[in-house]
Amino acid sequence: MLSIKNLHARVEDKDILRGINLEVKAGEVHAIMGPNGSGKSTLSSVIAGNENYEVTDGNIYLEGEDISEFAPEERAHKGVFLSFQYPVEIPGVSVTNFMRTAINESRKANGLEEMPANEMLKLIREKSELLEIDRKFLSRSLNEGFSGGEKKRNEIFQMAMLEPKLAILDETDSGLDIDALRIVANGVNKLRSENNAVIVITHYQRLLDYIVPDFVHVLYNGKIVKSGGKELAYELEEKGYDWIRSEN
Amino acid sequence: MSKYTEDDLKIELETKEYEYGFYTDIESDTFPNGLSEDIVRALSLKKEEPQWMTDWRLEAYRAWVQMTEPEWANVHYVKPDFQAISYYSAPLKKAKYESLDEVDPELLETFKKLGISIDEQKMLSGVAVDIVMDSVSVATTFKKTLAEKGIIFCSISEAIKEHPELVQKYLGSVVPQRDNFYAALNAAVFSDGSFCYIPKGVRCPMELSTYFRINQAGTGQFERTLVVADEGSYVSYLEGCTAPSRDENQLHAAVVELIALDDAEIKYSTVQNWFPGNKEGKGGVYNFVTKRGICEKNAKISWTQVETGSAVTWKYPSCILKGDNSVGEFYSIAVTNNFQQADTGTKMIHLGKNTRSTIISKGISAGKSQNSYRGLVQIGSRADNARNFSQCDSLLMGNNCGAHTFPYIESKNTSAKIEHEATTSKIGEDQVFYCNQRGIPTEKAIALIVNGFSKEVLNKLPMEFAVEAQKLLEISLEGSVG
Repeated sequence: MLSIKNLHARVEDKDILRGINLEVKAGEVHAIMGPNGSGKSTLSSVIAGNENYEVTDGNIYLEGEDISEFAPEERAHKGVFLSFQYPVEIPGVSVTNFMRTAINESRKANGLEEMPANEMLKLIREKSELLEIDRKFLSRSLNEGFSGGEKKRNEIFQMAMLEPKLAILDETDSGLDIDALRIVANGVNKLRSENNAVIVITHYQRLLDYIVPDFVHVLYNGKIVKSGGKELAYELEEKGYDWIRSEN
Repeated sequence: MSKYTEDDLKIELETKEYEYGFYTDIESDTFPNGLSEDIVRALSLKKEEPQWMTDWRLEAYRAWVQMTEPEWANVHYVKPDFQAISYYSAPLKKAKYESLDEVDPELLETFKKLGISIDEQKMLSGVAVDIVMDSVSVATTFKKTLAEKGIIFCSISEAIKEHPELVQKYLGSVVPQRDNFYAALNAAVFSDGSFCYIPKGVRCPMELSTYFRINQAGTGQFERTLVVADEGSYVSYLEGCTAPSRDENQLHAAVVELIALDDAEIKYSTVQNWFPGNKEGKGGVYNFVTKRGICEKNAKISWTQVETGSAVTWKYPSCILKGDNSVGEFYSIAVTNNFQQADTGTKMIHLGKNTRSTIISKGISAGKSQNSYRGLVQIGSRADNARNFSQCDSLLMGNNCGAHTFPYIESKNTSAKIEHEATTSKIGEDQVFYCNQRGIPTEKAIALIVNGFSKEVLNKLPMEFAVEAQKLLEISLEGSVG
């Protein structure tokens, strides 16, 4: 599904990623953990194609295709989804309208007709029920005045609507209370399948109790310094990030 | 004619002289450049106007000669040479549309780009379209349906001939000839425009619409619109403009007068898309417009405008809230891109008791454009319990454009309540990236954000107009992000 080879990236002359290698197969969930400033969010931004980051070396492949030079929307059309750590507000644009635009732009890019309104409504109904979302919420302006939990739930709703091949959840657990965390995690679990893959970026092990990863990677100083199974997350929780610091 | 003075003789001689001197010229489709009393008379004669109309025009012309072009607006441009403009240009007779097949394909192309066709509009929305092309009305539809209700909707030239009592009573009653430089010019030389009268208690069953278009290079357009809503009546009037690209500046100085008698309501919506000049700021239309309405008791006037075109815009649709309990509303979206300059806003003049006004202004600036809101809220000493709410929001795109707000508030009554809110925001890279990540390309993302920003105003437009307006916003901002 996703293959990252020797990825180097920087922002404003500051090197942040220094040679990332990562293989994610369809049906897998990978967790990327690491202390603040290790490059976790940069990695998700670079995979999504944020142009504020300059890729200085290496490549990103999605299903064997090199997407390193693709615009962010082209990556999205190919099935890359990023759940933002800080979702932005777009006043006056309802969640429904935003989703309709996003879905139809992707369909257009993939040579499909616009989704008929009745199909769109059906999809919205189905996905909002799946994620226990009150449909009134969908006519509100995107993220405007949303609580932290609502914002994150809205991200997962968008993920459900867009049905990506690769979903990257960037610190989706931050700012969530335990109930909201459970709802969001349940949503993600319901969306998992043999045909998609999920990368969970998190600071804490807490989220991984709900979204159980197949692999855990520890990012430090722009490199993956440790990889293992889900038990690595517990080990990290127990020993703290100082353990990683002392070894590197 | 008891007192036949030397002056009268002089005027008569001038008229005669012109009758002969100009005779061949006025047979042509375009007048020679320049403006004089003779030209005004020739124009009036060409249009077969009654004497009172000729006199009215001359009065305006004489006032105009004494006036100077205003300079207070926050716009900079090369002043038009009024002697280099031809003040009359009629399309060839064969241009009169018998059917849509005869409509200029260029015009249809523009409609197509906007996703609508006149045909569709007629069929789907029951819009009566009166197309003003090159100063002369060339098509009127739905006239019969309207006539059954006693509604008059025709060109102003026709109204001058067919309904002189109404025109004479109301023309210039809200915007007098000497109101301002451009209004005076318009009064002297207006070529055509629309007239609408809704009788007492009648609710106009369809949206009335006029499409304006500037067609011939070097021809100034001076449209005159007069809408009279008699007691207890209602009308929604749509005005839309499109123009093809031009190299030289074209002057447009229109006057719109609205009269809402007791308990009447007028909704006046405009979508304006004149050529804004090219990316270097060359060419483009100068749009100096005077729009004003008067509300009698319990009457209501709503101005809604979407301004995306013109190189220079100078426009302040206003309401005189004369009658007690009358209501004035102004909803505006003004978009400027490249080198466009807009100085636009409204005036709400509260004279009656319990009068209320609402101003929602959305300015969007991109490129190297300058976008100014200028508004006046005036509360007269008799206007007890008057209320105003104003909201002016500016959205900036990039670092080279400007947004300015000039609110003026004058209150002579202590019971008045006036609220003013203003915000300025910028389209953030993070917003655009967020949209990109969801598969929405940057141009579309900008359009989405801009539409969201403008929603409160777009919602005030009639449905079919709102769709067109949204597309216009997209077209106007094309290429504004690098």
